[in-house]
Amino acid sequence: MSLSGGRGLLAPRHGLWLLGLGLPLGLLLALGVGRFEIPLRNTLGILLSQLIPLEPWWSDIEERLVTWGRLPRVLLAALIGAGLAVAGAALQGLFRNPLADPQLIGVSAGAACGGVLAILLDGSGTLLVVLALIGGLGALYFVRWLAGSGGGESVLTLILAGVVVSAVFGALVALAKFVADPQNQLPTIVFWLMGSLAGADYPRLLLGAVATSIGLFMLWLIRFQLHVMSLGEDDARALGLPVTRVRTLALIAVALITAASVAVCGVIGWVGLVIPHLTRLLFGAHFAAFIPLTALLGALYLVGVDTLARSLSDAEIPLGALTALVGAPMFAYLLRRLRRPEGA
Amino acid sequence: MLKVSGLGIRYADWILRGLDFTLGAGEVMAILGPNGRGKSSLMRAIAGLTRPDEGRVECAGDIAYVPQFITPGFDMSALDLVLTGRSRQVGWMGSPGARDREIARDCLRRLDIERFAQRGINHLSGGERQLVLIARALASGCHLMLLDEPASALDFHNQAIILDVMRELAQSDGMTVVFTTHAPQHALEIANRTLLLHDARDFAYGPTPETVTSAQLSRLYHLPIRRLSLDEDGHRIETAIPLYHAIARRAATGDTRA
Repeated sequence: MSLSGGRGLLAPRHGLWLLGLGLPLGLLLALGVGRFEIPLRNTLGILLSQLIPLEPWWSDIEERLVTWGRLPRVLLAALIGAGLAVAGAALQGLFRNPLADPQLIGVSAGAACGGVLAILLDGSGTLLVVLALIGGLGALYFVRWLAGSGGGESVLTLILAGVVVSAVFGALVALAKFVADPQNQLPTIVFWLMGSLAGADYPRLLLGAVATSIGLFMLWLIRFQLHVMSLGEDDARALGLPVTRVRTLALIAVALITAASVAVCGVIGWVGLVIPHLTRLLFGAHFAAFIPLTALLGALYLVGVDTLARSLSDAEIPLGALTALVGAPMFAYLLRRLRRPEGA
Repeated sequence: MLKVSGLGIRYADWILRGLDFTLGAGEVMAILGPNGRGKSSLMRAIAGLTRPDEGRVECAGDIAYVPQFITPGFDMSALDLVLTGRSRQVGWMGSPGARDREIARDCLRRLDIERFAQRGINHLSGGERQLVLIARALASGCHLMLLDEPASALDFHNQAIILDVMRELAQSDGMTVVFTTHAPQHALEIANRTLLLHDARDFAYGPTPETVTSAQLSRLYHLPIRRLSLDEDGHRIETAIPLYHAIARRAATGDTRA
């Protein structure tokens, strides 16, 4: 099964340059776009004025909109996009399954369950974040315990355990919706589960930044080991790789990234599935540059989709719906490719 | 170099029991046995991938295992595949350094396949892929190389290349080489020792010329097999020919003996 050749359309080095320059540019453009358009020279001036004193040529309302509204939101989108994309890439390598993503191992469901519980308790934003993190990590612990109970821990039992745990937490979320107050709690739950960056502020950005950076750094440290794991556990073990340790580390990093992203912006699917494949198609499968390229592309993708979500119509479009709308056709395309015989 | 003593492997029943042999540095050993006799299980036990149910395997040096096939989740370049051979040196964290890359390139060069370095392994032929897998084992800096049916899926020309590589590694590097095969002529060509797995407790082990005989082979495969010698350009070629028609004749007469 080969989803893409060893080579992509662009050399990885050129890809790093392109995306490395493209991301800041994308962020800058995203700051100006919205229901209230701000010219590029104004956003640029507002950003610069944070670092050096400048005589403002922009309005006060523009400055407030950029610094308190759009900047944390755009940065959070970039971080979450990078995190989810790399988490998906790590899981695909780990499970040798091109259709794996963070929702597969039950972490998203666990975090969603924790968050819904917080909304039910009429808790603050802090409680939501804390419970989502606990739910996500709890789901991971539960999955590992289930998968390990059969003696040897294999990829198959791990995925099955993920399915079981997702089902249990999904059912709990459904129950929570059933008992929620239909006037105010239910709409909050439903909208939050669809995923949105509308609530982005600096405290959430800080939380997202810390958790995602730790997770990304861990996965970057074991990029070579994940590359070896993509050959299969048996082969990795024969090569002398401490398979269990690498897998544990990778799963913790993935759980941290996923739980943090669910905590700050709800469930956003498809980024972890689509972006790693796009990276492979564009830049090839060379492991050394794979994680940085996936992170940059994921960041750019979510910034772009989120900008669409808040500017396409008067009301905000749920981000989860848009990532799926863009991601699902990509997924369908991959399935078509997979069904073709080898070499076709 | 390699000492196997009292080795026993069991699934539902014992598939191997009480196996003993020793192998020195620079020796080449062939393992022959019918399908399902336990060749692969034995290789995995020697490689340390499974713990034997009885007995022990001692090896004075690092072991590399060369699987017959690999199925990577995603395509990767031959060089990146050879680099995975450095897993033991890199450890559980961090990435291969310039030295590891240099070693990986050297190993590709050594097997004369440096031109494949940047090619995706899913785009290589079976023989080329087998050479890349051997290069990877070489990159691990091993002293004992275990190869699971390295020449089984290959044409005659590629069989000759793989056999030559194995012989060369043993002769000039002092590498100990163990391979499984269904081709007695491969054992006769390069192995100085051969192990025949007749039954769970019934083995024949010794120098290849005395072990791979017409009588032993016929008993091993339940089919008459003739060992032949040919003189070709002053070289003495040893080979073995299975008398396939015997099966058809036996079926016609209802005789089930070997």
